[in-house]
Amino acid sequence: MYIVKRLLTMIVTIWLIATLTFIIMKSIPGDPFASDANVLPEEVLQNIRAKYNLDKPLPVQYVLYMKNLLTFDLGPSIQSETRDVNTLIADGFPVSAVLGLQSLVIALLFGILLGIIAALNHNRLLDRLAMFLAIIGISVPSFILAPLLIKYFAVEWKLLPVASWGTWAHSILPSIALATTPMAVIARFMRSSMLEVMQQNYIKTAEAKGLSPATIVIKHGIRNAILPVITFIGPLFAVLITGTFVIEKIFAIPGLGKYFVDSIFNRDYPVILGTTVFFSTILVITLFLVDISYRLIDPRIKLTSNKGD
Amino acid sequence: MSHLLEVEHLKVTFPTYGGEVQAVRDVSFYVDQGEVVAIVGESGSGKTVTVQTIMGLIPAKNIKDGNVRFNGKEILHLSKKEMRKLKGSEIGMVFQDPMTSLNPTMKIGKQIAEGIRKHQKLSKAEAKQKAIELLRLVGIPNAEERYHQYPHEFSGGMRQRVVIAIALACNPKLLIADEPTTALDVTIQAQILDLMKELQKKMGMSIILITHDLGVVAEMAQRVIVMYGGTVVETGTVFDIFENPKHPYTWGLLRSIPNLHDKEKKRLVPIEGSPPDLFSPPKGCPFAPRCPYAMEICVEKNPTPFHISNGHTANCWLNDPRAPKVEAFIAEGRE
Repeated sequence: MYIVKRLLTMIVTIWLIATLTFIIMKSIPGDPFASDANVLPEEVLQNIRAKYNLDKPLPVQYVLYMKNLLTFDLGPSIQSETRDVNTLIADGFPVSAVLGLQSLVIALLFGILLGIIAALNHNRLLDRLAMFLAIIGISVPSFILAPLLIKYFAVEWKLLPVASWGTWAHSILPSIALATTPMAVIARFMRSSMLEVMQQNYIKTAEAKGLSPATIVIKHGIRNAILPVITFIGPLFAVLITGTFVIEKIFAIPGLGKYFVDSIFNRDYPVILGTTVFFSTILVITLFLVDISYRLIDPRIKLTSNKGD
Repeated sequence: MSHLLEVEHLKVTFPTYGGEVQAVRDVSFYVDQGEVVAIVGESGSGKTVTVQTIMGLIPAKNIKDGNVRFNGKEILHLSKKEMRKLKGSEIGMVFQDPMTSLNPTMKIGKQIAEGIRKHQKLSKAEAKQKAIELLRLVGIPNAEERYHQYPHEFSGGMRQRVVIAIALACNPKLLIADEPTTALDVTIQAQILDLMKELQKKMGMSIILITHDLGVVAEMAQRVIVMYGGTVVETGTVFDIFENPKHPYTWGLLRSIPNLHDKEKKRLVPIEGSPPDLFSPPKGCPFAPRCPYAMEICVEKNPTPFHISNGHTANCWLNDPRAPKVEAFIAEGRE
């Protein structure tokens, strides 16, 4: 029952996002052929507009688009003659997803570890060091970190490829660059959450059982401390796997990220809508999975469709 | 016969931004095999810190002085590893608030079995069996089913039973109960106390019971330790403390109990003033500023224990033969 209700809500959410994006997109001045207007005769422009249904009234365009969306057809790209939006996503998404997943694993692994180390050494050197790293990770933007990584690891020490995509080695530097900020945020979340948990009475109970510190941290600490981190990785996951403009640009990675930005500059209406709908679908699914994982981690959380429960 | 537990001249301090808090200043007492000893005193008198020190829950750097001997062995300076062998097996602890003393994300049964597995060489299945037996022992119905449930599926009283089961998992020689009934409502309090009494008889362990409730003391304990301002001010048998108290603070405690049999409406009698500043404890008797009978010497010099009778001591100058006789009036109309 909960799942059915939840799935319906997800569909409505995606429809609302698509509709709002359509309205906002159409209210931006300009059109896809603005730069061609000086070169091409009016009749040709008329023909091109007709090809993409842009000559029809907006409500008609909207209905046409929604009809296609129901059959999972995201329509043609105006910029690309050869590839429609579906192909664009099918080509770019696997690349972005690999990069995003790798970053997510790095961010989670090291973020959680760093957070725990900091919490267990509260106010001591290791804590200060870990939090110093975290502050740097948060405040240094990826477009600074990425060139630095390239300069040392690729250019000076020649350990890894400079850019582009192909082998696994190509993915290492961009994954690190992409992971740094979320890792730092996760470390800070994990630290404060862990500090709170280690003050709890049930930790005293565990100590009174004579358990070793490692057992206490692993069996009683982490599981209780990790919920805030899970909350954060929901949206983070969606953002990372659908590609990021900056990192993909710097490393010349043929991912999905650049279409989010380029399509808006080009007024490539089907691509704007397509990427937005795709992103929101991933986001909505991820949030659903996060809610389910709450239940698995904390037995007190009940998944019910009634708010009053 | 030597005592099961002996605490001598224990001193514990905590550094804070405001200075060093002298939470426990020179506390000595003992507990014998199979005995229930109550520690009473108001909040901040050092009761909890004292027992947490015995339990090894206070970092060594905060323990400034003293000895704790358990079963004839000095345990205050044991290595952490050796102390962990003792905790949960020889000494068990029941905490004040059952609502927060259990891990919310771990099954009840596992929380009990965990301690058993740590201290006894048992297989998973055997530990589970033992945990279910313990749940039955502390009076939890449907123990097998309950084994697989989480703390939020238990009421407060049931949770405290589970906490007791955890503390008793390895048949400890000493059970430390830090206000085990304070967070429970009155009818449940009686059930938990009865349970503890029954288990104490069955298993023959000693209990240190910390409480605010003198009714609980009278019902449970054989001996009483009255603490004030981080020190012991009076110790004796329950009879000594209730019938022949020799310290004005004990008088105050006894006087402040409401009396159900009063015919007319009467206000409760509080102890005037507030507890001593433990950042800089007075050099004299810590109770002197609040004591209606304080003499000059009380402010000057902290009294050493006066022996009233066998096992009954009071740290009060009024017991000096040179002091004026004071009528130890407790509460009119008390039975």
